[in-house]
Amino acid sequence: MNHGKQNNNKKTIVSSFYKAFRSFGTAFPVLLGVILLLGLFRSFVPNRMLSAVFRGELLRDTIIGSLIGSISSGNAVSSYIIGGELLKENVSLIAVIAFMVAWVTVGIIQLPAEAGILGKRFAFARNILSFFLSILVSIATVKTLMVIQ
Amino acid sequence: MRQKAEPRNVKKKGEKQKPYGIYFLCSVLFLYLLLFVFYPANIQKSLEASGHVLFQIFPALCLIILLMGLVNHFVNPGTVSKYVGKGSGIKGWFLAICTGILSHGSIYAWYPLLRDLRKQGMRSALIAVFLYNRAIKIPLLPLMVHYFGIPFVVILTAFMIIASIVQGHAVEMLEGRFSNQV
Repeated sequence: MNHGKQNNNKKTIVSSFYKAFRSFGTAFPVLLGVILLLGLFRSFVPNRMLSAVFRGELLRDTIIGSLIGSISSGNAVSSYIIGGELLKENVSLIAVIAFMVAWVTVGIIQLPAEAGILGKRFAFARNILSFFLSILVSIATVKTLMVIQ
Repeated sequence: MRQKAEPRNVKKKGEKQKPYGIYFLCSVLFLYLLLFVFYPANIQKSLEASGHVLFQIFPALCLIILLMGLVNHFVNPGTVSKYVGKGSGIKGWFLAICTGILSHGSIYAWYPLLRDLRKQGMRSALIAVFLYNRAIKIPLLPLMVHYFGIPFVVILTAFMIIASIVQGHAVEMLEGRFSNQV
């Protein structure tokens, strides 16, 4: 009786992992496609191209910062480094924060994967909101810094 | 009278899921072939960069499959509903924020797990909160402090957590509104 119960438990564990593999397998082609897109992006859009587009107009630069951050991808470290370099080139702090926050919260490159796995409505709503929130977060951060400093 | 919308992501029995992923992968491969004709050197670099990313995320992918298996085995819809479901309350938000901040690895690897958790009752708002808070990387904060200073990092992190909560509510509201219109 006990042996039967153990066998049943084993079967459940095997079926749980089989289900996990199947679930992951359905998502894998999208993940692979996105990783390949990421490779294209990295080799066709160099970092120096990013710093050439900021012109010193606050609102325009902030929106451009968010847009570039949204279509960029890669490790967050890269966004800090590029952000630091942009500050050295006198790009406004609001634009730099918008760029860095959009970089890590908006994922245009990942959008096909997110939409395919979590649903189009969810993915579009989340990414569009993240874009606008990156601008709001950057303004709120700079205003707060101005108050406390 | 307005009828209640059918819950999302619920497939009818026997309904075949479209191989969206395969179409997408084929389109990307076609793009590679096309670009290879004009920029063979860049395509080689792209493949190297993609291979590097895949190699980097491989351990995370294995961990995610393990987690998915364990979640399938030990977590049932009742447990999910209790901690991150409709009635989870403030505990659910807190859990989504903390797990989002502490989670590592590529974001791609988390999507299938989140999809499974949602099927078991996890709120969309908390999935959005989890994904937003993944942007806060504790191991990378020292580097950010180095570039921008401690006050900047503390304030930015606090506003990002607030933004994640706003986003969670807004995503759930928008999802509900659009699904009612379908």
